[in-house]
Amino acid sequence: MNHATQGQKIFNVFNIILLTAIALCMFLPFVNVLAQSFSSSLAVTTGRVTFFPVEFTFTNYLYVFSDASIWRSFAVTIYITVLGTLINLAATASLAYPVSRQEFVGRKYVVMLVLITMVFSAPLIPNFILIKELGMMNSLWSLMIPGAISAFNFFVMRSFFMQIPSELIDASRIDGCGELRILWNIVLPLSKPVMASLGIFYAVGHWNTFQSALYYINKPSLWPLQVKLRQMITTDDISIDPSASQFSDLAHSSPEGIKMAVIIVATIPIIMIYPFLQRHFVKGLMLGSVKS
Amino acid sequence: MAKSLTAQDTRTLRPEERSIFSYMWKYKTLYILALPGVLYFILFKYVPLFGSVIAFQDYNIFKGMWDSEWVGLEHFRTMFEHYDFMRILGNTLLIGLYDTLLAFPAPIILALLLNELRLIFYKRVLQTVVYMPHFLSWVVVSGVAVGILSPSTGVVNTFLGWFGIDPIYFLGEESYIRSILITSGIWRDSGYGTIIYLAALAGINPDLYEAAEVDGAGRWKQTLSITLPALLPTIMILFLLHIGKFMDFGFERVIVFLNPLNTENGEILDTYIYKAGLLQQQYSYTTAMGLFKSVVGLMLVYIGNLISKKTTGESLY
Repeated sequence: MNHATQGQKIFNVFNIILLTAIALCMFLPFVNVLAQSFSSSLAVTTGRVTFFPVEFTFTNYLYVFSDASIWRSFAVTIYITVLGTLINLAATASLAYPVSRQEFVGRKYVVMLVLITMVFSAPLIPNFILIKELGMMNSLWSLMIPGAISAFNFFVMRSFFMQIPSELIDASRIDGCGELRILWNIVLPLSKPVMASLGIFYAVGHWNTFQSALYYINKPSLWPLQVKLRQMITTDDISIDPSASQFSDLAHSSPEGIKMAVIIVATIPIIMIYPFLQRHFVKGLMLGSVKS
Repeated sequence: MAKSLTAQDTRTLRPEERSIFSYMWKYKTLYILALPGVLYFILFKYVPLFGSVIAFQDYNIFKGMWDSEWVGLEHFRTMFEHYDFMRILGNTLLIGLYDTLLAFPAPIILALLLNELRLIFYKRVLQTVVYMPHFLSWVVVSGVAVGILSPSTGVVNTFLGWFGIDPIYFLGEESYIRSILITSGIWRDSGYGTIIYLAALAGINPDLYEAAEVDGAGRWKQTLSITLPALLPTIMILFLLHIGKFMDFGFERVIVFLNPLNTENGEILDTYIYKAGLLQQQYSYTTAMGLFKSVVGLMLVYIGNLISKKTTGESLY
């Protein structure tokens, strides 16, 4: 490195410029959305907004926060994210723990049972008919129960549990601990890293839920945020109805600006947990790949 | 079985005398814990799998699976005779092919470039930025795309305007939809895809590079003869997994970009199955399509694995 040749120096400079350009391509569209969401109706519709707000205004956000249906979708999403993630972790751990133990006769069969579902998966319609027969249509359970255990996450968690020395567990058994107490007082406290990373993965999945909600939820009052956002993006006639709100200057907000504001609102939680997320997902991904 | 064998009884028995059931009884808590999970997989993964038989029936929602009439391969025949199906299959294969040719190598190239970057702090910053889009939902990604590509308010057309190019309605013309689908995929996922390659790159023994440098190999030579061969196993495994998803481009990422103006070139099997199956309730017909898709996917994995095993020695199983 100390004796970099002329060619290598040129390459280094070129590499830095190229990578910076790539990173900007990833980043700038988002800046543009942010800028539009803070710009006045006139500035947005005449296409004058690039990366800084033009005629700075909060009206788009005021519209978003004055719309009861957006609030409701927000509440639905928070509900399924919190409850759904808890269900995910409880269900995944309660299957992964027994299957990780040597004492569990037949663990190979359970592993096969799960593995096969990763290779063969049923088409959409039989899944839909099942949800319908179970009476889960138009119920938020349909967004939480059918995805309770991800096969991939099951394997990640199992391989983590397998690394816990069995001597530790045997010792607790000799001390008279029941299996449940071992799980609760010894295994789970040791498993905080894997619980945190899988929990965050599951939570991001719930936050971004769109597909299953599109399939199973027809009632607009139960729509998660992503479905609501999608509906706002596709229908151009966001009714700007001044009587629906106490803000007199709503006439200054534009459909485009409002869409961009909803995008920002739907993304902020992800951006807020991103620092925690980033710490964990590299580890989580590695753990998963080492296994295979 | 398992009358009332306590833990003590079991321990005094010799291993060969100990029946498997009493052993299981000792750890019954483990089985009780695992039971809901096993039932979950049977109910939500296997029941629909067997429910796929409706592809061979004229499924009637009132008669149910047991009483609906059997029609054999009728639906499969209609499928192949249908003009729409062939068009949609063509779209699916074409989009899958473009995705393999363009989106699959993107993270490899990006990882190699990042790996060559010697400014460690700046590398971290760039990584943080390029991982980020992966965590945005497809709805948000499409919203961003709709925003920046809009003919009247989009920043892309503003830029084009500076060069005297008339605004283009990117999402309203069928000629752009495939490029948009592939590009948005690269935008969202290529950064995240570098993680696994960067880890593989970090695992390469630095002595190799030093030896190569002593031998007078430049960076480019080192990349060709050390870095790429070291990455090959990872690339092959990920490539095989990618092939398995060839027909599964993804429902969400396509449906969020489709509109009546670009459906002709953008519709794939998954989105068609949703529209015809769920919205128009052609249950049996679309299940047949779904089965067809799964079978082709399986065959692709099998063939890919075979070729990979013969040529590079890497395989999934």
